[in-house]
Amino acid sequence: MLEIKNLSARIDDKEILRGIDLVVPQGEIHAIMGPNGAGKSTLSYVLSGRDGYEVTGGTATLNGVDLLAMAPEERAAAGVFLAFQYPVELPGVGNANFIRTALNAILRARGEPELDAVAFLKRARAEIKRLAMPEDMLKRNVNVGFSGGEKKRNEVLQMALLRPRIAILDETDSGLDIDALKIVADGVNALRGPDFSALVITHYQRLLDHIVPDYVHVLANGRIVRSGGPELAHELEAHGYAGLEAA
Amino acid sequence: MSDLLANLPGRHLEAWHYTDLKALKSFAFAAPAPAAIDSALLPDLAMNRIVFVNGFLDEALSVLPAWARLSSHEATKSDLPLAILNAQHRQAGIAIDIPDDVDAGAILLISISQAGAPIALFPRHRISLGRNAKLTLIDIAQGEGVYWHNPVSEISLADAAQLSHYRLQDEAEAAFHTATIFADIAASAAYESFSLVLGGQLSRAEFHARLGGAGADIHLNAAQLLAGTQHADFTSVVSHDAPHCASRQTVKSVLAGHSRGVFQGRIEVARAAQKTDGYQMNQALLLSPHAEIDSKPELEIFADDVKCSHGATIGALDPEQIFYLRSRGIPEPEARAMLIRAFIDEALAPVTHDQARALLERAIEGAWSKLVS
Repeated sequence: MLEIKNLSARIDDKEILRGIDLVVPQGEIHAIMGPNGAGKSTLSYVLSGRDGYEVTGGTATLNGVDLLAMAPEERAAAGVFLAFQYPVELPGVGNANFIRTALNAILRARGEPELDAVAFLKRARAEIKRLAMPEDMLKRNVNVGFSGGEKKRNEVLQMALLRPRIAILDETDSGLDIDALKIVADGVNALRGPDFSALVITHYQRLLDHIVPDYVHVLANGRIVRSGGPELAHELEAHGYAGLEAA
Repeated sequence: MSDLLANLPGRHLEAWHYTDLKALKSFAFAAPAPAAIDSALLPDLAMNRIVFVNGFLDEALSVLPAWARLSSHEATKSDLPLAILNAQHRQAGIAIDIPDDVDAGAILLISISQAGAPIALFPRHRISLGRNAKLTLIDIAQGEGVYWHNPVSEISLADAAQLSHYRLQDEAEAAFHTATIFADIAASAAYESFSLVLGGQLSRAEFHARLGGAGADIHLNAAQLLAGTQHADFTSVVSHDAPHCASRQTVKSVLAGHSRGVFQGRIEVARAAQKTDGYQMNQALLLSPHAEIDSKPELEIFADDVKCSHGATIGALDPEQIFYLRSRGIPEPEARAMLIRAFIDEALAPVTHDQARALLERAIEGAWSKLVS
């Protein structure tokens, strides 16, 4: 269970998050919607531990463990996964080597046995097949020369292999055509289960037609201003975000 | 050997502008004496080997094929100050002669220096490949103590010969290493070279290569991984004297601490060398605000139908890339090591020999601790 209490954070002197309260129980998928500049990406970065954000108050825990005190790699080992809005290119780093190194680092941190190259490739190929992705995805350098859709699919592939407890999807739908959107959504839906939860951050409702959330929260001006069921996303699509900031 | 240091090249010479040898003057270098080494110092490679200890051939540890022998050959004349010093003080070196049409496989040439008190070593090696002959040469320099290793290698490749030359400079921390390599490459012959520079307080690898026949080909790649106050210089002069030749140079420097890297690359294209294809790339990754790279690419072209390009980039590790790796569970030192390894990857392209590749990969692994701590 991800539990965020009264979380505030700033970049330089700019207050971005102003007291967020949010609980995502294990097994549930919650969506966070909101206008540009509401603090959506900041929330995802603060939860995953990126430099440059100063937490000025509040807490964030995963199954009772304080996330904010941990380095990014420790959070990953604890089960946090951030699907990047703009996945980073790593020239010279092979994708299979990258994902295996990550998986083994996480296994090592948890005191579990690591996977050798053969065992990893077997698992990775099975995952690629299940996600209907091209097999050369493993052989290429990480995200180098990938289309926007391929980059997002690669995020989903990493997520499927690293098996996080909580996945944070930061505007995963941005720049995707409808076919890529479906593949990404199918990938997330395939992970749904009692041990997996997700925070789906999006500006638009259309991703939520494919990943149907248990709850929808509206983030505006650094706070959660409304929460509701999936129907809230449709309401926002119809009426926009105008007026919500005052609520 | 007191006259030794009188004729060192000074910084007033353009070729020595970035590399100052005056630190050599703090030591009274003596001529080396034979020493015994533990065979455990030798890398585990299943191949012929030539083992020099303090400049003396260790016959017990060497496994010499018929085409390699100890030799005190005449030095070819040169106007390079360090080659002249080498000629004056030269010690016996190896002479390799591969007959025409023979694929000689691979051989290890390892020079181990064991300096109790400071010693200076001036080996002169000669490597000749006949027409259509082939050889892979794994060339390692390592040691302990304070010493100056100033080897000269004279390489000559007859038509269609192929030499793969993989150099590992892993000298002692306090050592000086200044290597000069002359390569004369005939028509359709190929010289594939990669140098990994890890050791020494001050080092220079200086290549003078001549593409003398049509269709000759050269790869002069290097990776320098430096930390502390290390200084390493990669200098090359590639002369295209014949048409349809190709030269490729990719030199990568990874500089931590107060280290300093130097790249001086010069491509000369003679009037006759039409259809020359020359490429030169020097890239530096600065891991510290105190590290320095000096990069001086030069093109001198007298032919009118050529393709020559060169470039230089200087950068730091990208925090976005580091965060991406860490967000996936990879600890920061490992993330930095992965990105550095990726940065030098392109330079390793000529290393196609499996055992050489494995040896160099292990040496690179061993260098992480000094770079990412």
